[in-house]
Amino acid sequence: MNNSVGSTGRVLWAGLRALLVLTVICGVLYPLAVTGIAQAAFPGKANGSEVEDASGRVVGSELIGQTYEDLRWFQPRPSRGLGTNTVNTRYKLILSGATNRSGDNAELIQWVKEAKAAVVKDNSTADYRVKPSDVPADAVTSSGSGLDPHISPEYAKLQVHRVAERNHLAVAQVDRLVAAHTDGRVLGFIGEPRVNVLQLNIALGELAKGRAQ
Amino acid sequence: MSPVLAGVLQLLALVVALGLSYRPLGDHMAKVYSSEKHYKPEKWIYKAIGANPDVEMRWPAYLRGVLAFSVVSVLFLYLLQRVQGSLPGSLGFVSIDPDQAFNTAASFVANTNWQSYYGEQAMGHVVQTGGLAVQNFVSAAVGIAVAVALVRGFARSRTGELGNFWADLVRGTVRILLPIAVIGALVLVACGAIQNFAGIHEVGQFAGGSQQWNGGAVASQEAIKELGTNGGGYFNANSAHPFENPNGLSNLFEIYLILVIPFALTRTFGRMVGSLKQGYAILGTMATIWLAFTGLMMWTEFAHHGPAFDLAGGAMEGKETRFGIGGSSIFAVATTLTSTGAVNSFHSSYTGFGGGITMLGMQLGEIAPGGVGSGLYGMLIMAVIAVFLAGLMVGRTPEYLGKKIGTREIKFAACYILVTPALVLCFTAVAMALPTPAHSMTNSGAHGFSEILYAYTSGANNNGSAFAGLNADTQWFNTTIGLAMLLGRFLPMVFVLALAGSLAEQTPVPETAGTLRTEKPLFTGLLVGTIVIVTGLTYFPALALGPLAEGLAA
Repeated sequence: MNNSVGSTGRVLWAGLRALLVLTVICGVLYPLAVTGIAQAAFPGKANGSEVEDASGRVVGSELIGQTYEDLRWFQPRPSRGLGTNTVNTRYKLILSGATNRSGDNAELIQWVKEAKAAVVKDNSTADYRVKPSDVPADAVTSSGSGLDPHISPEYAKLQVHRVAERNHLAVAQVDRLVAAHTDGRVLGFIGEPRVNVLQLNIALGELAKGRAQ
Repeated sequence: MSPVLAGVLQLLALVVALGLSYRPLGDHMAKVYSSEKHYKPEKWIYKAIGANPDVEMRWPAYLRGVLAFSVVSVLFLYLLQRVQGSLPGSLGFVSIDPDQAFNTAASFVANTNWQSYYGEQAMGHVVQTGGLAVQNFVSAAVGIAVAVALVRGFARSRTGELGNFWADLVRGTVRILLPIAVIGALVLVACGAIQNFAGIHEVGQFAGGSQQWNGGAVASQEAIKELGTNGGGYFNANSAHPFENPNGLSNLFEIYLILVIPFALTRTFGRMVGSLKQGYAILGTMATIWLAFTGLMMWTEFAHHGPAFDLAGGAMEGKETRFGIGGSSIFAVATTLTSTGAVNSFHSSYTGFGGGITMLGMQLGEIAPGGVGSGLYGMLIMAVIAVFLAGLMVGRTPEYLGKKIGTREIKFAACYILVTPALVLCFTAVAMALPTPAHSMTNSGAHGFSEILYAYTSGANNNGSAFAGLNADTQWFNTTIGLAMLLGRFLPMVFVLALAGSLAEQTPVPETAGTLRTEKPLFTGLLVGTIVIVTGLTYFPALALGPLAEGLAA
């Protein structure tokens, strides 16, 4: 009896020592080494791929979506799953997330309906009518992270007439802008074609400013 | 190029990449667990542990090592979260409540990584990097160790000795997981994953105002999270978050990391039992199921049946633009057919059948190719069952790899396959019968039931993904899912090691004309059939109430 208690204690003690040694290796040395190399080799990426506008002001991350109230800017996907931090109230950290609604969920059906109607209405101009069937799926659904920085090239093209009108630009000019900011698949087959909304809006801002001067 | 074709090509690229690493990695792992030599740093580690790595252990001693290490790990991780509020480098986050701290500790030690907390509003640098990420390494190493012990049970005779747990734990960590994780983390940073120890900081926005982000050792955690088939995200959105998974290339690379060790372990198995062909038969079974599931998933997601998806014109709810339907479907199947549970898209918003495929993947026992280590031992248990069934058909004592599958062996195998279904179905039934758990559901009807079935399926099978509409941060779910994870991880390990001990004691039986050839495609077919029948009989009624009802209504 005593012997088995003693041997259980010995194994637990060995377990604790193993855990502490491996914590030093995997929980201290490993992350520090990776951080050191990452900060030396890819400082921009390791720190969040921040993007500056032409004036050198940081306007966000290439990887994190933003909202643009004014319809003169290209609009991102809906983000109904996004929340805000409630634990550490000194800050308003973005809380990433999805809606988690199923395909037969009444709320989701309603959201898609509303989003579609809004996309059709917002993007139809005097000489350009958007048909509901033209609206791509990404324009009316929320992404998994709620932070999707991209939209599909189809959704970007759909917005061209509205954006051109509101910025007093020619449709062809904005079309070229979208084409220049459309990224294809890596090696032609990995991932999906996409447009980075922040990059596109920065370029749009420059184009509109140039015209105003 | 159409999205469907691009998806298929990505799958093919994955197959090629996995094929290229199969031999070198499988052979390397066989050498790691067979070599007599200890490296210098390893000797220091053994000294610090106070264990002699050359002492052979019989199964009870090996099991004691596994359990002692895991008990200590649960306590350590629990305490770390409970004192977080007083630790430096915690970004100002408070200590975690007892029930959630227990759930999280159980979850990470059990290689599950179910998360009832939100990463970016609960866990600071110390807990994430010094606690959770450490378990990502060591829980994976424990899984491989147990699998290797079972393989030794088949390979050795007349001894009962299964190796040394401490040596297997340390070697798996420093010789296999750590080197691949370093390379993996750097590849992810090169793609755009963040890796820093910045505090919470404000970043300006284009249209005015600002965003607040927290920094973190994300890439280093992401790499081992996939490689060790753990799956716990740094952020709430897991691998859908652009800082964890920035582009299509990182996405494919993460799927590769998830699958590379579980598949290559079949080569290790073949090497160690002295017949590579036996390993190929197991590999064939795993690959058949994996490819079939991926094909079905792509089909149902591209077809997007379901009222909201029909209206939207595609099943893009909960999916990222940069991955699309193809990249999301491949990830979803890989993560649920292994014990990973990381997600790059939210399974709750998959089509009814798509959600069912993720659930069925876990219910197969996560053996195609399964978690690191747990996939191999789970599949070998199914092989024992398949051999037994074949033996019944011809009225002959079954044998596998020269070992007799007698009463004792089949009892251990049968207990193994009963544990998780019992946990899943009992807990689900109780949760459905009680008045309050249903308040946690986001969706109603068949999908609401699926949320709960998914939660216990994911917990007991140590997956960790979720139909995340379920608010699992209640005392009921934190406690019961915590128990399901621990019992679903360690009870099967008891039976695996007991079986291994029993096999290692045997004298091998010579192969005769009547021996079932377990290295032939016929056996692969038998094994696939056994898996489908056993799982189907167990879970079909429950699946009919949830995903099948939803899918057929759409």
